[in-house]
Amino acid sequence: MDVNHVGDHHGEHGGHDHQKADRESQLWKEPVHQGHEGADQYSESPQWGMVFDLSACSGCNACMVACQAENNIPVVGKRQVANAREMSWIRIDRYFSGTPDELEADPAGFEDNVGMSVQPINCQQCETAPCEQVCPVAATTHSPDGLNEMTYNRCIGTRYCLNNCPYKVRRFNFYNYHAKEEDLKLGPLEQPHTDVENLYDGGNPDLVAMAANPDVTVRSRGIMEKCTYCVQRITRGRQIAKSEERPVADGEVLTACQQVCPAQAISFGDITDQESEVSMMKSKEEDYTLLDHLRTRPRTSFLPKMRNQNRELV
Amino acid sequence: MSLETNNTTPDQLLTEEPLIQGNHDFSSVSDSISRISESRTPWGWWIIFLAALSITGVLHIMIALLVWNGIGTWGVMNPVGWGWAIVNFVFWIGIGHAGTLISAILFLFRQKWRTSINRFAEAMTIFAVICAGLFPGIHVGRPWAAYWMFPLPNQMDVWPNFRSPLLWDVFAVSTYFTVSLIFWYMGMIPDIATLRDRAKNKIRQVAYGLFSLGWRGSNRHWRNYEYAYLLLAGLSTPLVLSVHSIVSFDFAVSNLPGWHTTIFPPYFVAGAIFSGFAMVNTLIIPARQWFGLKDFVTLRHIDNMNKIILVTGTIVGYAYATEFFIAWYSGEAYETFAFINRATGPYAWAYWIMVTCNVISPQLFWFAKIRRSIVMTFIIAIFVNIGMWFERFVIVVSSLANDFMPSSWDYYSPTFVDVLTFVGSFGLFLTLFLLFIRFLPILAISEIKGVLPQADPHHGHDLNEQGKG
Repeated sequence: MDVNHVGDHHGEHGGHDHQKADRESQLWKEPVHQGHEGADQYSESPQWGMVFDLSACSGCNACMVACQAENNIPVVGKRQVANAREMSWIRIDRYFSGTPDELEADPAGFEDNVGMSVQPINCQQCETAPCEQVCPVAATTHSPDGLNEMTYNRCIGTRYCLNNCPYKVRRFNFYNYHAKEEDLKLGPLEQPHTDVENLYDGGNPDLVAMAANPDVTVRSRGIMEKCTYCVQRITRGRQIAKSEERPVADGEVLTACQQVCPAQAISFGDITDQESEVSMMKSKEEDYTLLDHLRTRPRTSFLPKMRNQNRELV
Repeated sequence: MSLETNNTTPDQLLTEEPLIQGNHDFSSVSDSISRISESRTPWGWWIIFLAALSITGVLHIMIALLVWNGIGTWGVMNPVGWGWAIVNFVFWIGIGHAGTLISAILFLFRQKWRTSINRFAEAMTIFAVICAGLFPGIHVGRPWAAYWMFPLPNQMDVWPNFRSPLLWDVFAVSTYFTVSLIFWYMGMIPDIATLRDRAKNKIRQVAYGLFSLGWRGSNRHWRNYEYAYLLLAGLSTPLVLSVHSIVSFDFAVSNLPGWHTTIFPPYFVAGAIFSGFAMVNTLIIPARQWFGLKDFVTLRHIDNMNKIILVTGTIVGYAYATEFFIAWYSGEAYETFAFINRATGPYAWAYWIMVTCNVISPQLFWFAKIRRSIVMTFIIAIFVNIGMWFERFVIVVSSLANDFMPSSWDYYSPTFVDVLTFVGSFGLFLTLFLLFIRFLPILAISEIKGVLPQADPHHGHDLNEQGKG
């Protein structure tokens, strides 16, 4: 009997011991999660994914602006931003590197010399999304192409998904940010729009209508929203490809953030296509996902910022 | 068990501190309790009632502001999606636990001392659950669509998500409310009939007549009543444990450090009973003073309740310690941080208020003198109420404010709408309670008669002689 063949429990001798040893070795083995290993886990193509190359990202914020314009994200004004109610679907996190010793040695120069890394964060489109499980009305669910979708019409705004999102990328409409200002007044309350020129307030209705992207729903008050991987662009790409009876080509669907990125730090595409740019980026050894130990299995991953600095020159 | 092996003689059993004091007989019991709702409304009642009603009005104004303007009128923001509303929800649900514990679990364990406080505690439960039920309804972004959480048939064939703990809450809380209400009402039927029989005017006769469901006190009535009571007690007992367990799943099932903890269900249930008994004490101490119920709600009752507060308070303190130990023992960086942050971070003030009120203050009840001091009992009960509110605040807010991604961290503070909504919920609670005191038998008349010495079959016999014989 082949001793390496641990799956065979019916050997002529020591079958029971084998079984035990097998179970014990299984116990300490890292469980294999479906979907980690490659494209063959998916029954359908395409499956969307994204990679941010942090070595290329300069933190210019163009992606935030493009996303805002593309997805009809309201401008909430500085007071709401100060109250941590910004609506950006993609944000740029900053990490500073330096040691307390360096701070002590040169307190004045520390601020200028401290190392900074940036990391754009949008919805990570987790395959086992913590937000989906907790929504009582099933307003956020998974699509066959791997998107974590928000059904605005169904959302009642419990904000449980926001709480359970480890990346805190979900954005809640605390007010009716698209409404006319005079509709927002009752009682001695802080006015949400007092420091922003309201786009939708008065004016030519045709002009007002043109201010918003017609492909994207304008969200009302009391509902949750978040990055969709520009689902409207994905849908359009799929429709065109279908009418021409061909699969969606790599690079045919560009998300708004990807399109404007001057450093081309964002790759987006079908992860089941081994030749796609996003697959090539994801196949790099240094590719990682955020908070991987939570097993949320995000579709968005990152290539770390690599630096080779000469300490004497810096 | 023979009398020889047991050191307690029947003599001692009968001479232990009686449950009801003041040489009451059956008719004087009916009299002293019914009198509360039959006498002229005292002016003090009117003053408190109008004050409570005004505060309820404030609650309604706050809800109107909220529904008109949006959730933005509250302090909730990006990392902290749940604020005071959910804190208040858990707080009120917790208070609503003592009633059913007293009426069901203590009934099954034949704790006769429950008879003097069960009606009161059950009423408190009903009103606390009403206050609690208010918050999940108004805290959603679109309250007009909140009913989508119920599994109602609709043209789109959309069901709620049965994996969501919020949905479990809907079932748990509504079941608890229904069963508690039926239990409370059913237990009250003989007493309502007493009020009906004593009623002097037509309105009272008709109203109590309707609600007493034709009770005549016949043998068959009592038989059915006792059976139904026993069955409902059996039905309610698991509910006492399940409701707060399920409420704790809202937190325990999520993946947030500080929420994602298996200790939550027992810890929440203990905390709920702890806060519930504290609230019973808070209410019953003034009530027994004002309505002359000192014969029925004696120091022995208060002593017993304080013992339960001591036990559950110690369990809660133990749970706090276990949480810290496990956070360290797990070696999980986020979990460890969440707990160190609770005790030393931006919400440390709330954490230490919680520890002082919930862990330290009930320990005073080790002393019989303090357990039997009305003033100290009242003060500690208030402390526990405050502490238990802060416990929920610490759990909900401090975990959310500083979770996985430091870039999202922020400090949550409530707005005046948050504060006045909470104050307003006390107004609603008090309003309902004052109406209860005015119109319903606030102590269980028939049950109290059952624990009088006269109700004992051996009453009037020389037990010493019998025991020896």
